[in-house]
Amino acid sequence: MQKTFKIVDEDGIHARPATALVNAATKFKTTEAFAESNGKKVTLKSILGVLSLGLEMGDTLVLITEGEEEEAALDKLQEVMIKEGLGELHE
Amino acid sequence: MNKISGIAASAGIAIARAFILEHPDYSVQKTQVNDTQAELDKLDDALQQSSVELEAIKERTLQELGEKKAEIFESHLLILNDPEFIDPVKSLITTESINASYALNEIANQFIAMFENMKSAYLQERAADMRDVSKRILKHLLGISQISPAEIAEETIVIAEDLTPSDTAQLNRKYVKGFTTNIGGRTSHSAIMARSLEIPAVVGTQNVLSQVTSGDLVIVDGLAGEVLINPSEEIVAEYRSKQQAYDQQIAEWKKLRDLPTLTKDNVQVELAANIGTPADVEGVLENGGEAVGLYRTEFLYMGRDKLPSENVQYNAYKTVLEKMSGKPVVVRTLDIGGDKELPYLEMPKEMNPFLGFRAIRLCLDRQDIFRVQLRALLRASVYGNLRIMFPMIATLGEFRAAKAVLLEEKEKLTSEGIAVSDNIQLGIMVEIPSTAVLADQFAKEVDFFSIGTNDLIQYTMAADRMNERVSYLYQPYNPSILRLIDMVIKAAHKQGKWVGMCGEMAGDEIAIPLLIGLGLDEFSMSASSILPARSLISKLSASDMIQLAEKALEQGTAEEVVELVKATVSK
Repeated sequence: MQKTFKIVDEDGIHARPATALVNAATKFKTTEAFAESNGKKVTLKSILGVLSLGLEMGDTLVLITEGEEEEAALDKLQEVMIKEGLGELHE
Repeated sequence: MNKISGIAASAGIAIARAFILEHPDYSVQKTQVNDTQAELDKLDDALQQSSVELEAIKERTLQELGEKKAEIFESHLLILNDPEFIDPVKSLITTESINASYALNEIANQFIAMFENMKSAYLQERAADMRDVSKRILKHLLGISQISPAEIAEETIVIAEDLTPSDTAQLNRKYVKGFTTNIGGRTSHSAIMARSLEIPAVVGTQNVLSQVTSGDLVIVDGLAGEVLINPSEEIVAEYRSKQQAYDQQIAEWKKLRDLPTLTKDNVQVELAANIGTPADVEGVLENGGEAVGLYRTEFLYMGRDKLPSENVQYNAYKTVLEKMSGKPVVVRTLDIGGDKELPYLEMPKEMNPFLGFRAIRLCLDRQDIFRVQLRALLRASVYGNLRIMFPMIATLGEFRAAKAVLLEEKEKLTSEGIAVSDNIQLGIMVEIPSTAVLADQFAKEVDFFSIGTNDLIQYTMAADRMNERVSYLYQPYNPSILRLIDMVIKAAHKQGKWVGMCGEMAGDEIAIPLLIGLGLDEFSMSASSILPARSLISKLSASDMIQLAEKALEQGTAEEVVELVKATVSK
């Protein structure tokens, strides 16, 4: 499953929200989670991976989950994206 | 005596003996090993020890500095356990049969280089986090024992090449009076930490480490961004009294933070702050701001390649309103044009941009842009105390037209079933002389005025404020300006409306006594000016200031007004 977000935080994705995303993804042991942006795909279970995307405001970010709890995981990740003011669902 | 300049990172003055905090030698050698499993075990042990240490630092920071400052160590813990970092180290050890410390250093350097090459300045600084974490692991791998900054037990000034986030978090406020470093900037971790610990700091000195010997007497002047090494007794005495004056002032300002703004004879006014982004709200609250008097929404539109969507704007407005928790927030609608251009709008160049197609003129013409902003504002209005003001209003017709568009959008939202507040005050900027002159008529229709002095002065004096050759005409204290302000305030009060001011002048110590005397209700300024202004106002008597203002209106020149204020207020 996947959902596309647009980064709305004017600072892009910083360490604090990235930490929240990685913590959320890591909770789902049976599900793989990835982030894809600008043609680069990284695991969401790595903070260095997420930061390496160098996301900035206006960038598009695709969150992908694969596995047993892919739906719950994607919902949780979306919740973090919105709650942290990071991004909005791309219309 | 030797004097070095750097970047003033945290205000205040500290005088103490130098403590040199040198980081041990972390250089590593590549060695071939036979027993790679032993190296893997060593790595696991080092990771385990680092993790215990970081948990302790996180806990300590949480208790002393709060959740926000502790988050950085949460990130460090994640890096420590990051598979993208640790797995390559392990495979390097196994495939090349090399020592753990070399493998770790290799992989860490790849990440440090990656961060340093990033576009965003913020992400470039994350290289410091990566270094901090890898040094912590290396310390255990190499068996280095280092004097931790936590062990400092006498009054000192810490001198270092740079302070890592964990160094700074471990500084004991009781003993560490200040610090200074060779590298770093105002937004580096150590600088931010110094400000929250309230320790004076000067960073980015280039060479302080090589200039100071352990035990030297050092003055860190975090106000001027200077470090004085082995100063004479006279200089020390001079700085002690500076230090005392500063500490006293800070103590006095702090007491005022949660108090209302009252004159000596108990006349109350409101001190508000000018902001540009939601992130600025924190500073407003820290400095005791009672409202946001001007939220410049232009920043939402700048530094991007197309117009911001309704949702992007809604989120920003909602955040500001929520963070201000019910305190008034005056949002100025888009004020673009003049010196502020948006390249993606592709507007034709104008001969006189300040007299041209800008602000409300543009918004009334490009209603596609204006309506998106108004919708976002209206949707956010239920989250706090929103006030909306239109910039550059020259005629009553413009105000009526803008108000009509706003009401239409409100109607639409209501019919879509979206909640909108019914208590949104609607006001205008007074920055064009025609509006100031006709303020009595405007006052019947608006809820408030906010006087924008920067533009009001330039339009009244017909002097471009960007042109240095006519800059002498930028005269806030000219009686002509004071008379316009007086007219606006009188006209508003007659209709029971309030008047604010959101130009430079509102926070100016010569102007404040005059504005109190003229009856201004709200002063909006940069957040850092609020506490000094509240302190100044508490020493003024409103009835004396009314007399002062009356006299000022009868002067011939700005110089005479300034003299009058100085003579009255210093008494």
